[in-house]
Amino acid sequence: MTDTGTVAITVSVNGVAHTREVEPRLLLSDFLRHKLGLTGTHVGCEHGVCGACTVLLDGYSARSCLTLAVQVDGCTIETVESQGTQDALGPIQAAFRDHHALQCGYCTPGFIMTVADLLEHHPLENDEDIREALSGNICRCTGYQNIVAAVRELAKARGPLT
Amino acid sequence: MKPAPFAYVAATSVQHAIEALAAAGGDGKIIAGGQSLMPMLNFRLVRPSVLVDINRIPGLDRIEDTGKMLRIGALVRHRLTASDPLIAHHVPVLHEAMNHVAHHTVRNRGTFCGSLCHADPAAEMPMMALLLDAVVEITGPAGTRHLPVREFLVASLTTDLAPDELVTAVEIAKPAPGTGWGFAEFARRHGDYALACVAALVESRDGAACNVRIAAMGIGDTALRLSAAEAALEGSGFSDEEITRAVSALRDEIEPMSDLSGSADYRRHLAGELARNVLGEAWRRAAPEVPA
Repeated sequence: MTDTGTVAITVSVNGVAHTREVEPRLLLSDFLRHKLGLTGTHVGCEHGVCGACTVLLDGYSARSCLTLAVQVDGCTIETVESQGTQDALGPIQAAFRDHHALQCGYCTPGFIMTVADLLEHHPLENDEDIREALSGNICRCTGYQNIVAAVRELAKARGPLT
Repeated sequence: MKPAPFAYVAATSVQHAIEALAAAGGDGKIIAGGQSLMPMLNFRLVRPSVLVDINRIPGLDRIEDTGKMLRIGALVRHRLTASDPLIAHHVPVLHEAMNHVAHHTVRNRGTFCGSLCHADPAAEMPMMALLLDAVVEITGPAGTRHLPVREFLVASLTTDLAPDELVTAVEIAKPAPGTGWGFAEFARRHGDYALACVAALVESRDGAACNVRIAAMGIGDTALRLSAAEAALEGSGFSDEEITRAVSALRDEIEPMSDLSGSADYRRHLAGELARNVLGEAWRRAAPEVPA
């Protein structure tokens, strides 16, 4: 019963199916970084407080440090690598650059993926909404002002939720 | 910051989960949303030999109207509780409380029943379950039992749940139509653990208060029902003087602790002022009884 051996899982990450043998205790964050080499997802606190490791799990934001890789067998994961490349930034990344919404950049992948969920599912009608919606992500550089400005512009460009 | 090794069972039915817990011989742990359990696993504060994942069990992810009750299944995530029209209509105080539960990313995963099982004294779900006199549906090898949440919550982070049992749902009796409600929470940062939180329900009969229910958290070892304050208001007209009397009864019956976020005296004061606002709000919302 206490077989802690590996389990085979197949996960779609950024549109590509990956099959790997994993230990049950392997965190999704470590699966992405160590098994798949997708180091865009950053690991900060590893207990769900900082938000740096946020990814999309079946379209909704989730802490990859509070999710086990075995739990996402058959699921769809999107990481910051899905959002664009250095040469062709995605719209959220471009808005962050335009508004100088990052300095050291460590928290940025988590913010980007959180915002990807927010733009899909939340009205973001005013700055208070936006600040509340970003409250699960910690940034120690920017003071948040420029992140809020970037999200405000993205929400305006998106228009009201249908 | 990595969990200790464990075996993993992706349960396909409640029966399967119960069998896996039994086979673990008291050393199994259920995982649903994992938003409380995963940090404890990462810190190795808990080291189960078997983790039983209930996320793939069909049918547990629903909120159902069973007539007098609403039934919240074990996989109902905070996101659903926050947006569910049945909850918003029948239990607006819970709908409001959901706005204060962590933040969107945690709400996407965390569950009502899981939060109740974790029994964190500073979490909203145990307090709201107490306020609403919820009943916990528990399934184990001997079948299903129902336990009032007052008996389910034993102490901080401790419940009556046996190691071979699973909470399959929480049932909430719909408050009577026209029940007034109030909710207020004070936290340093939105979504953070509350320094104090108070919620209340009250019905009005011929201008007199009845079925007064007041719950609070952040001010003791566990979430609490404040029975002295409730008794002080039962039958009253909720005048300012009567509310003030209830607030002092409340301050006398709680024993907050001092910590880095605030002293016991500060918390006692804060809880009283939150209660004053919440009670006034609940009474204003209570519909006067319509003559037959």
